[in-house]
Amino acid sequence: MVDFDVVSLPETDHVAEGDTAPDFTRPLVNPEYWEDRALSDVVDGPTLLVFHPMDGTFQGTYLYNTIDDHGWSDDVDVLGLSISSPYAHKRLLADRGDGVRIFSDPGAGVIEEYGVAHDIDGMTGITESRPAVFLLDGDCTVEYVWVASEHPEFPDAEAIDDAVDHLVD
Amino acid sequence: MTEPQITLYRLQACPYCERVVRTLNRFGLEYQSRYVEPMHSERNVVKRVSGARSVPAIVDRKTGVTMSESANIVEYLEGTYGEGGA
Repeated sequence: MVDFDVVSLPETDHVAEGDTAPDFTRPLVNPEYWEDRALSDVVDGPTLLVFHPMDGTFQGTYLYNTIDDHGWSDDVDVLGLSISSPYAHKRLLADRGDGVRIFSDPGAGVIEEYGVAHDIDGMTGITESRPAVFLLDGDCTVEYVWVASEHPEFPDAEAIDDAVDHLVD
Repeated sequence: MTEPQITLYRLQACPYCERVVRTLNRFGLEYQSRYVEPMHSERNVVKRVSGARSVPAIVDRKTGVTMSESANIVEYLEGTYGEGGA
């Protein structure tokens, strides 16, 4: 770890455990094509919804490596979401995120609604997503939440493993 | 959400695709757009569905018809959903 303080992000009123995940429609990208899909239409069982910084950031890359290393898409449906375009998502999925589909939210409207927005210093006009993980059951009820409170910060993969196991068992 | 009966495989800003969209709108037909990449080699899904990698391609589950080539599609839509069609 570094021997200085990392940036703390402000408190945020994000979607919490026990809430119903707010519904939205955005282009959903798979390795072959993309089409408008509503979250409520896509979720039909345990689902890990992963908000991540733009495709190409090291945080995003690490998150997808973690998803692959832990094999989460073998146990639950994994849906990513970032402000990147469908074209960028397709390139990402060519390299990582086996079995993952990714929503494209360039205007950050979904990111704002979930309370995980982050305005990046020195990139005027870009509203980013904090790294954030929402584990949903088949009714879109939020069973587990993690939202970054530092910049950068990564989720506790073992805690997500446990939450996934708990939900799937 | 009810899934539209017609799926349209399309490429962003492809004039042949827009021509089909115009016809779909003319007849008030609901459709779901699936966007693919400009590179033909990246369009295996279209090949699987229609036998060719070209877009536009439509799948009409109401009639069981799958078709590519915009002129053919427009003719099909006019014949099926236009005046005098089914």
